[in-house]
Amino acid sequence: MSKNKQPGPFAAADGTGNLRASRRRFLTLTASAGLLVTGLDSCNKIRDYLPVPGGGGNSKAVNLGSGDTGILNYAYALEQLEAAFYTKLVMEAYSGMNSMEMSRLTDIRQHEVAHREFFKKALAKDAIIDLDFDFSSIDFTKRDSVLATAKAFEDLGVSAYNGAGSLISDTGYLLIAGKIVSVEARHAAYIRDLIMYGSFADNSVIDGNGLDTSRKPAEVLAIAGKYIKNKINASNLPS
Amino acid sequence: MNLENIINHIETVDAELPGRLNSRRQIFKSFAGMGTKLALTAVPIAFGGLLKKSYGQTPPPSVVSVLNFALLLEYLESKFYETAVAAGPSLIGGYRDQLAIANIALHEKQHVKFLQTAISSAGGTPIMEPKFDLSGGGGSGMGPFKDAFTNYGLFLAVAQTLEDTGVRAYKGQAGNLKGTGGILTAALNIHSVEARHASHIRQMRVNNNFAAFEKLKPWITGKDTGGIGALVEANYKGEDLTNQAGVEIVNINGKQISFDDATESFDEPLSKEEVTALVTGFLVK
Repeated sequence: MSKNKQPGPFAAADGTGNLRASRRRFLTLTASAGLLVTGLDSCNKIRDYLPVPGGGGNSKAVNLGSGDTGILNYAYALEQLEAAFYTKLVMEAYSGMNSMEMSRLTDIRQHEVAHREFFKKALAKDAIIDLDFDFSSIDFTKRDSVLATAKAFEDLGVSAYNGAGSLISDTGYLLIAGKIVSVEARHAAYIRDLIMYGSFADNSVIDGNGLDTSRKPAEVLAIAGKYIKNKINASNLPS
Repeated sequence: MNLENIINHIETVDAELPGRLNSRRQIFKSFAGMGTKLALTAVPIAFGGLLKKSYGQTPPPSVVSVLNFALLLEYLESKFYETAVAAGPSLIGGYRDQLAIANIALHEKQHVKFLQTAISSAGGTPIMEPKFDLSGGGGSGMGPFKDAFTNYGLFLAVAQTLEDTGVRAYKGQAGNLKGTGGILTAALNIHSVEARHASHIRQMRVNNNFAAFEKLKPWITGKDTGGIGALVEANYKGEDLTNQAGVEIVNINGKQISFDDATESFDEPLSKEEVTALVTGFLVK
């Protein structure tokens, strides 16, 4: 479990623990960026203690944390969502589900559970709590409703990992994200083909350069938030 | 695109860069000034131009060589699908299969163009398209895949192998692109498209009865070739890994996760050397 230890916020990005170098860089950065950064920094600190607009205060929000820990918790939150969704999907088995669909969707549930448990174990004491979900908008008896949600979750997951890659410091965790995102993309393509065969990579997700979609954590959480009961504080994530 | 990451990364390989930049603030400002109004196709040019301005010459060769390696694979895939599209209904059975192959062919062509532009605008030189022997015979035209454009089952088997291998190749380069911000994101955005292709090609093989659905899934089980066999075993070598970053996935945290589940949940990378060895038969010697 050599990767289990999370670097602190001031650890050097290369994992060598070269604290002095990274501290020097940090000081250089703030010095050259001047007062603007300092100003923003204090704003962030104050904001942390203020209630979230429209919410019941920030004290109970689930804080993802900062640095790689924050990104891993972000992925952990999304995998919790997907695993909970597929667990319910397989249990309630929409009407007309054929044997291939049952087999494949059960596979996907297993993959999402494996991803969720991986992050839980890798994060250890830094892991966020088990989240609560609200799937009341989904009719689990209807194929259309269930698969439309599955498609949205898979495409969202792909875009989330694609967008998070450049925010990861540790090369090992970047590789893990890469190992997971292609499996999510395989899921996305399969679910899309179930809805409409041949829509595995259509122009609703792939742009004119042949590139898939990537989204920043804030965009992803705004979409996923509809299904997550807990308030998520992502304000300390790297950007 | 995270410019700060790019600059930090360059600093780690080039200690003199800060002196070359007028100031961080200025480069941030000039980037911000480009805004989000730029057409997507213009992004690699803008990005490359910025790097080149700071260096007065070419950026560190490693990033360009990684992109050129990706370009070689995209040339191969593009040529492969272009040949299939040209063969048309004589090879590809059914309208919906023809649409799918045409869609994939388009993506591979777009990837070629995108990488060429990105490399040029970063001050590098994109490699020229090499001569390919799609039979895998190294120029003899008599390789193991010589019937791939008359035998649909063989064509889809090669397509599956190329896509799965492409996914592994991009994954293997992610670490080399760490800290390049927008370049890493672009590579990831290509990587997941290749995975979508792989998933669909695998389903096409099932739907055309070249493989049973229980035996071939959209994801890779163990190091299984999906019935293709010895010829492509090396392409799937190492896909049966169950330990991720020191964490054993089988029955993790007391959950019932089988060996198959564990291996399907994580796709595995290949190094540049491994991929080069796998595609060498497609290059004319």
